[in-house]
Amino acid sequence: MAEVEETLKRIQGQKGVQGIIVANSEGIPIKSTLDNSSTVQYAGLIHQLVMKARSTIRDIDPQNDLTFMRVRSKKNEIMIAPDKDFFLIVI
Amino acid sequence: MEIVHVYSKLRSEFGRQCLFSDRPAELLLDLPPDPSLTLSFIQKSPRDQAVQACWETSEHQVNTERFETTSCGINHMEGGWPKDINPAEMEQTIRVRKKVEKDESFINSVLQLGSVMEHCIRQNNAVDIYQECFEDEEVVEEIQEPPSAKTVNIFRDPNEIKRTVTSLSWQPDGGRKLAVAYSCLEFQKSSKDISLDSYIWDIENPNRPEMMLKPTSPLVCLDYNPKDSHTLVGGSYNGQIAFWDTRKGNQPVEFSSLEHSHRDPVYKIIWLQSKTGTDAFSASTDGQVLWWDVRKLAEPTECLVLDPSREGNLDQALGATSLEFEPTMPTKFMVGTEQGLVISCNRKAKTPAEKIVCTYDSHHGPIYALQRNPFFPKNFLTVGDWTARIWSEDIKESSIMCTKYQMSYLTDACWSPVRPSVFFTVKMDGVLDVWDILFKQSDPTLSLKVCDNSLYSLSVQDNGRLVACGSQLGEATLLEICSGLSNLQKNEKSLLAAMFERESKREKILEARQREVRLKERSRSEQSREEEAGREEGEEDPKQLIARAESDFYSLVEAEVKRREKKDEEKDICEEKDVKDEEQRGTSE
Repeated sequence: MAEVEETLKRIQGQKGVQGIIVANSEGIPIKSTLDNSSTVQYAGLIHQLVMKARSTIRDIDPQNDLTFMRVRSKKNEIMIAPDKDFFLIVI
Repeated sequence: MEIVHVYSKLRSEFGRQCLFSDRPAELLLDLPPDPSLTLSFIQKSPRDQAVQACWETSEHQVNTERFETTSCGINHMEGGWPKDINPAEMEQTIRVRKKVEKDESFINSVLQLGSVMEHCIRQNNAVDIYQECFEDEEVVEEIQEPPSAKTVNIFRDPNEIKRTVTSLSWQPDGGRKLAVAYSCLEFQKSSKDISLDSYIWDIENPNRPEMMLKPTSPLVCLDYNPKDSHTLVGGSYNGQIAFWDTRKGNQPVEFSSLEHSHRDPVYKIIWLQSKTGTDAFSASTDGQVLWWDVRKLAEPTECLVLDPSREGNLDQALGATSLEFEPTMPTKFMVGTEQGLVISCNRKAKTPAEKIVCTYDSHHGPIYALQRNPFFPKNFLTVGDWTARIWSEDIKESSIMCTKYQMSYLTDACWSPVRPSVFFTVKMDGVLDVWDILFKQSDPTLSLKVCDNSLYSLSVQDNGRLVACGSQLGEATLLEICSGLSNLQKNEKSLLAAMFERESKREKILEARQREVRLKERSRSEQSREEEAGREEGEEDPKQLIARAESDFYSLVEAEVKRREKKDEEKDICEEKDVKDEEQRGTSE
């Protein structure tokens, strides 16, 4: 439990990190450093994106899987690390 | 070997009906195989035989149906919670969250993901991986690609009977829309069925016009208000002016009364620059230029009669076919007439007589286009008959530059708003010419055949890349010009200024020379008239002259004859002398 906190705090402390969200495989945000509405929005939208990306990679090569995703936009960058049951979103 | 079967029939039974009956098979001949025959045959082995063994395939083509998509936004609601949890209730959600956090797999995965993420974040912070390299390197200078233009879209008149596109106007501020005026300009050719509408097209959608404008009579010219991109003013075939606001629908908000309008189709209407932003002026072949305030279209605010003798006499007035107005010089404007004269006028003159400042005799036919160069307002372009000419305001005798006589009539022209040396012309054979006078003066730089019928009107968008031209059958074609012709080149302005100066100087010198020559002639003719008066008494009568010539001739002939006779005599004397000498010698020997 404490390690989780520590990890997240370490990430938060890095330069340029605006917020972190941990969401489960159904898109429910478990932990977040942003306000509720943004969290919900991010979690829902990114969940769909990750599902789509994952299925794309799998379709092309069934042995392959998605390990990391970066979405670069004009204003910021969203980094998504997917796992089997959860995914970590850092902005 | 013949196999023969014989059967006999009584003669009396001939011709009788055939009665068929079945009977078992009868062996007629039995031929056993004869081994001696094999000697006459040669066995051939091995034998080549092609065999194909592959699976059958067939080719099949499929065309999918056109898939229509519309984009719309989705309102996102929170979801994914297990069924028994109500997402609205804070307590329940917190409880679920806490439970998940305690889960082993959660902790493991977060740790793992965290390390991966950290690695990437550190990467991000160390080097900006999305940095633009080679940003400072200069954009490669113009690769000498040949100039080109491609058609982007064609907007066709949706009505059955096609009308000519007589005028085009781009929406100001970006120009996503194009207003096109359709009318039938041929005398009495328009039938009752012809639709009166003119359309506003969105350049992305060539299938349907974005908006229709419904005047009472077909529109000949149309202009968007440069200050307000929702208002337009249009001049129609019967001489009325109409004012539209696109936010208010497709009927004109107001139009001028028939009594005070023009008596002929309004060929050009332009918005003026004024404090209220509601002034426009229009010109028509009835010889009048009228100023209007669009808030009150019942009556024109001012009127000018284009009479070159400056008397304001309508009967002598010249019909106007084009107008020119440059916002940087709000008091001056120019009118191109049907007779080929360009009249430059001053709006602020006190008396109507002074309004007409000067005239330029330019073309042999009506002037269809007249425009000042947006970068050099002293020079303007006129198009009429088969040439396009560039003029300088100061030189009134002739144009400073002129294209050669083209194969077909030029119907419209305009300068490019971004490049001072480029202008576009359209011709009656459906060709759009792009002229770059810094590059080549004798021929167009780019000549494109846009369509098979004649092109009647032309308009360039403010960014200089898109050109719209309208044809006789109601097609408005949108072309995109290559970047070479629509980007400002280095030193272009100064080079062009030098060129214009040079040409104007040349014209001035020519003019001066002409004047000199004329003066000389005049003075000489005056002189010679004086001389002639003095010489008349001493002049001989022609008869006397003839008599003199005769006598001269005869005297000459006689002199010649006498000379010849003398010569012959001398010769005879010489011969006699010779003979005598010989005799003397003979006798002396």
